[in-house]
Amino acid sequence: MNLDTDVRFLETHEWARKEGDEIVIGITDYAQSTLSDIVYVELPEAGDAFDKGDQFGVVESVKAAADVYLPVSGKVVAINSALEDTPELVNEDAFGEGWMLRINPTNPAEWDELLDAEAYQKVVEEEEAA
Amino acid sequence: MVYIPHTDAERRAMLAAVGVEDIAALFADIPEKFRYPQLDLPEPLSEMETLQELQFLAGLNLNANTTPTFLGAGAYRHWVPSVVDYVISRGEFYTAYTPYQAEVSQGTLQSIFEYESMICDLTGMEVANASHYDGATAAAEAVIQAYNVFRKKRNKVVLAPTIHPHYRQVIHTYTQGMGLEIVGGDDPTTTLEQLIELADEQTACLILQTPDFLGQLHDLTGLADAVHARGKDAQFVVIANPISLGLLKPPGDYGADIVVGEGQPLGLGLNFGGPYLGFYATRQKYARQMAGRLVGKTVDIEGKVGYVTTLTTREQHIRRDKATSNICSNQGLMALAATVYMAALGKHGLRKIAELNYHKAHYAADAIDAVKDFSVIRRKSFFNEFVVRCPAPVEEINAFLLEGIEAVEIIGGYDLAQDYPLMANHMLVAVTEMNSRHEIDLLTEALSAFDN
Repeated sequence: MNLDTDVRFLETHEWARKEGDEIVIGITDYAQSTLSDIVYVELPEAGDAFDKGDQFGVVESVKAAADVYLPVSGKVVAINSALEDTPELVNEDAFGEGWMLRINPTNPAEWDELLDAEAYQKVVEEEEAA
Repeated sequence: MVYIPHTDAERRAMLAAVGVEDIAALFADIPEKFRYPQLDLPEPLSEMETLQELQFLAGLNLNANTTPTFLGAGAYRHWVPSVVDYVISRGEFYTAYTPYQAEVSQGTLQSIFEYESMICDLTGMEVANASHYDGATAAAEAVIQAYNVFRKKRNKVVLAPTIHPHYRQVIHTYTQGMGLEIVGGDDPTTTLEQLIELADEQTACLILQTPDFLGQLHDLTGLADAVHARGKDAQFVVIANPISLGLLKPPGDYGADIVVGEGQPLGLGLNFGGPYLGFYATRQKYARQMAGRLVGKTVDIEGKVGYVTTLTTREQHIRRDKATSNICSNQGLMALAATVYMAALGKHGLRKIAELNYHKAHYAADAIDAVKDFSVIRRKSFFNEFVVRCPAPVEEINAFLLEGIEAVEIIGGYDLAQDYPLMANHMLVAVTEMNSRHEIDLLTEALSAFDN
């Protein structure tokens, strides 16, 4: 399993990466491999504002449809519109080309509440064992 | 197999578990005098006597197949070819419920695929779902699609006042709690221009019906652009009569985003008001916001043709509690009936039926218009239904028609005063291919004899 160590995580398998003042959001490699082939990603629009933990979209695979949640509160600056026609980017490169949102965080302190790579690894191991 | 669910021992165990002596004790809270009331029923009848009694009662009804009928208003008396009931009565179709392990039921999937393809052809749209309960619920689903296309951010819905009043009621009922602002009013003289004025950047959709509830045909050419411009891409929804589409330009050709309607005229019979069929078609780009399911045709690994459920994005089994539609089943048997009907008629047959409806309705309108004190309102062209201004309340005229002429009872048209207070003394008259010239002449003869 591929785990990006520069990012923080949510228990629900979303990742967040600081880039300057902004934060980029996606789902983890573990999430994409569990969902298998992703056929559709529903994203919000630039300008939409969400609170930490709000559902911001849906990822649909050949196996299931999963809601995706925002790791930190913020306003959407950009979405990865490439996912509209090529949702498989999430399978191919979950931490890179498969990014979903770029947001402007409204409460930077929330960053510290997120899981680091090690803590997220534990979440994954527990789920695998269950 | 034993069909009695509980043994005495199981009953005793259950009673012991809840701490009650016997079953009667469970009803102790109900006053004794209400427990076993005298029902005063007649003596039981044999099967023969029961059937005779029921046949006698059924005989008191007027039979729509043999009685001259001019009542439409959303449900139409059309000829149903025998092949329709023959095919849908086959056990493989008749007894089946919605296939949960869909791909096992290839025959059902194929029939849904054919149905969806035919509805797309008829409406000029790209995708059609496997159907809804009726035209009214299909119209309500169109509102929900538009609401979802704009991510629940636009809450205004413009409904033409000449949409079937029941459809407008069902839209209100379906969308309760969604915080929608439904505008359009109920003045049937509202023009299309006035209606489009109501659209703005908060508008999710604008819905029109053609032919509308009053039978009028609207020229919708260029209207989609007007709605999209004024309503900032608000969805343009058209409610259409499927038989009329045998003759008229499909709404997809003039830019509709969603086309819905009542499928009952497509070989379903009047069915005492139900079961009916709501058809629903939209553009492919909105497939994910559409309720219901899409069935597709494909090939398996051996290259053999097979049918699959291609898309069911809004249904409960895929979205669970986040599903935006609870429509998991469809009117499968009714959709099959419509499919057989359309297949039996073909494109030319459907056009022929539509032409018969059009010409007979226009013959009837001219004949009624010639009757003293009766006049046909002709603000717009019409298909198979039109409004007649009468010299007395429609209720009185219909009662007179039911008394009969030349010993033939006639079922008159729809009393528009029920829905439009300003339309007292206005009757909505429907004429289909089932109304022979003799029936139409009997109607005008009876109207001429009406003395107010």
